[in-house]
Amino acid sequence: MESIIKYLWLIPAAPLLAAGISALLPRRRRRLSAGLAIGAISLSLLLSCAAFVATFHSGPVTNNFRWFDFGSTSVQLGWVLDPLGAIMAVMVALVSLLIFIYSLGYMAKDPNFTRFFCFLALFAAAMLGLVLANSLLLFFMCWELVGLASYLLIGFWFQKPSAAAAAKKAFIVTRIGDLGFLVGMLLLYATTGTLLFYDHGQGCLEPTAAGGLVASTTIALLIFCGAVGKSGQLPLHVWLPDAMEGPTPVSALIHAATMVAAGVFLIARVYPLMTLDAKQVVAWVGALTAVFAASIAVAQNDIKRILAYSTVSQLGYMMMGLGAGGVAVGMFHLTTHAFFKALLFLGAGSVIHGCHEEQDIRKMGGLRLRLPVTFATYAVGMMALCGVPLFFSGFWSKDAILDSFDREHWLGSQAPFYLGLFGAFLTAFYMTRQVCRVFFGKPNTPEAEHAHESPPVMTIPLVILAGLAVVAGFFGTPAWPWFQAYLTGRQAGFDLSKLMEGHALMVMLFSTGLVTVAIVWSGWIYGRAASRPARETDPLQAAQPALFACLQKKFYVDEFYDATVVRLTAAFAKFSDWLDRVVLGGLVRAVCWLVLALARLDRNVDESVVNEGFDVGSETVRDSGRWVSRLQNGQVQRYLRVIGLAFCALLLLLLWGSR
Amino acid sequence: MTTPLAHYLILAALLFSIGLAGALARRNAVLVLIGLELMLNAANLNFIAFWRFGPHPERLTGVMFVLFSIAIAAAEAALGLALVIAIYRHRRTAQVDRFDSLKG
Repeated sequence: MESIIKYLWLIPAAPLLAAGISALLPRRRRRLSAGLAIGAISLSLLLSCAAFVATFHSGPVTNNFRWFDFGSTSVQLGWVLDPLGAIMAVMVALVSLLIFIYSLGYMAKDPNFTRFFCFLALFAAAMLGLVLANSLLLFFMCWELVGLASYLLIGFWFQKPSAAAAAKKAFIVTRIGDLGFLVGMLLLYATTGTLLFYDHGQGCLEPTAAGGLVASTTIALLIFCGAVGKSGQLPLHVWLPDAMEGPTPVSALIHAATMVAAGVFLIARVYPLMTLDAKQVVAWVGALTAVFAASIAVAQNDIKRILAYSTVSQLGYMMMGLGAGGVAVGMFHLTTHAFFKALLFLGAGSVIHGCHEEQDIRKMGGLRLRLPVTFATYAVGMMALCGVPLFFSGFWSKDAILDSFDREHWLGSQAPFYLGLFGAFLTAFYMTRQVCRVFFGKPNTPEAEHAHESPPVMTIPLVILAGLAVVAGFFGTPAWPWFQAYLTGRQAGFDLSKLMEGHALMVMLFSTGLVTVAIVWSGWIYGRAASRPARETDPLQAAQPALFACLQKKFYVDEFYDATVVRLTAAFAKFSDWLDRVVLGGLVRAVCWLVLALARLDRNVDESVVNEGFDVGSETVRDSGRWVSRLQNGQVQRYLRVIGLAFCALLLLLLWGSR
Repeated sequence: MTTPLAHYLILAALLFSIGLAGALARRNAVLVLIGLELMLNAANLNFIAFWRFGPHPERLTGVMFVLFSIAIAAAEAALGLALVIAIYRHRRTAQVDRFDSLKG
């Protein structure tokens, strides 16, 4: 434990180094770049596993160091190894490794392969740094770095205007949240005087800190703003679906499994700062986001966009779990979601790859026979996401969230609970719709007809992730809550009877019923629709055109922002432009004109008065010099003559003077 | 008993004037030098005269002055002639009014 903490910095440093080297490599060194990135992330994974094992034996350990001093205060950064960070580090490194390998196949034909791996490694470094940071400041730096990596990767195909716009949108929208985060951080520093999480009893998360634990709703909510931006919660969720313009491995790694979960991780990290009111807000925002995004996902036709809204909705669940149930509940869903959502995205990537870059689910169909491995693994991911009982991880983690709205623990309103149930219903509904559209029925286009399975380098990560998506759930069942116990530092006991306890059982049965109804209903609607080829109108659209249109337009949120915030900003920019051009520019021009006029006057004075005067003076001096120089003509005798005359004159003067 | 001092002084003044006229008017450098010598000797004569008619004729101050002055005048004449010869060699003439390279 003591030794591993000294080498903890290597976990983020290894991929960072790989990114640095890749950045300098010429474009054709594809193998070297990919090899570096994969080697570095493997090293990080090994170290993370070692760190993870080390956390079994002792509590959190830290390694703080001084960054710089100013005046009498010094800014400290540091690394921390505790269960929360360790499990997240292992998850991030593992998913990153699988996605890196998958990218070998997916990006094989891209001319900018080297750059892609450079960015991926940079992202992995920043994310691992974020996970292991022991200072809110270091956390924030890594937080911004993952934002940068996300920006670079969304805009990876920057030739596409939509990708460039999506990258900008993601960067700007998350910046709004980050502003809140920054202000919250400054407030926290102002009240506690430290940004270290753990510092031998002096950190800002420790109840024994000098000023006591600061539990301020303001600070908590400001920090939550950052999480809202990064994790795509209402009302800053708009960037996440657009971020799907990036390559699919990026969507899987950054915009599904890891980076967007950083917001959830942030709340889990600073959980001691969360007051009761703040938790209420977190739970409400999460619940609203969950239902809001899930309902939009029902009406989307782009395979990745559906998954994107699903991600937003699942992030809402995580927030809900954090608000209502605590760190363990939220983090459990984060972990399981990372596995099955990465799986779904990679599966979607495999489908897109197989169908020659087609992303519209209406133009697919019947792919289960042509992409058998992808279909099997996708089905596992879909069932995990829907929460199909007992064997799939999503079931356990989602029920843990819903179960935390137990009346004994949760004192607030029960509305988020019902929203969560409704969200679960919608989730099962849209995932069934998608799977029916993509994999069942008959192929709707020639591309789908000639689809081909992806190479093993892409399918093997899918299989591994499918295995994880199943297995991960068993670590957090009510009967054996190992995950929750690990995070809270208790011993987990195996007790089957916990499964049968009142609230938990009721929630499980209820959600199982809802999910079954949703899958059957959706399967019935879309199973029939899929067998009718190339049908353009959705069955739901036929039944409820107005509602469907509203959902398809994403509740007009983008349009609303365009009409309000964007237009206001544009108007303000135009006003500023006018101010700059007319008022300030005019002022500058007036000053300029004044100076020019003065200069012209000055020149005239100089030329007519000063120059003339000098000319005349100089000529006088020159003439007089010419006249005087005639005295000295070199004729010695004339000099003598002058002397003689002068002598005579002197003599006469003396003679007269003496008289 | 003897000729008064004024006669000597008048003689010296005449001598000086002749020398000065020669130095000013002659073109030939050698003759200018001769004029200079005349003026010098007029000064010597004055020395002697003032000594002889001064308050202490028994001290030989005037004679000493004049002896030195004559020695210096000899050296000066030698130097002057050497200069004239050097200029002559350089300029191929001894006409003083042709030497005007000292003008500004």
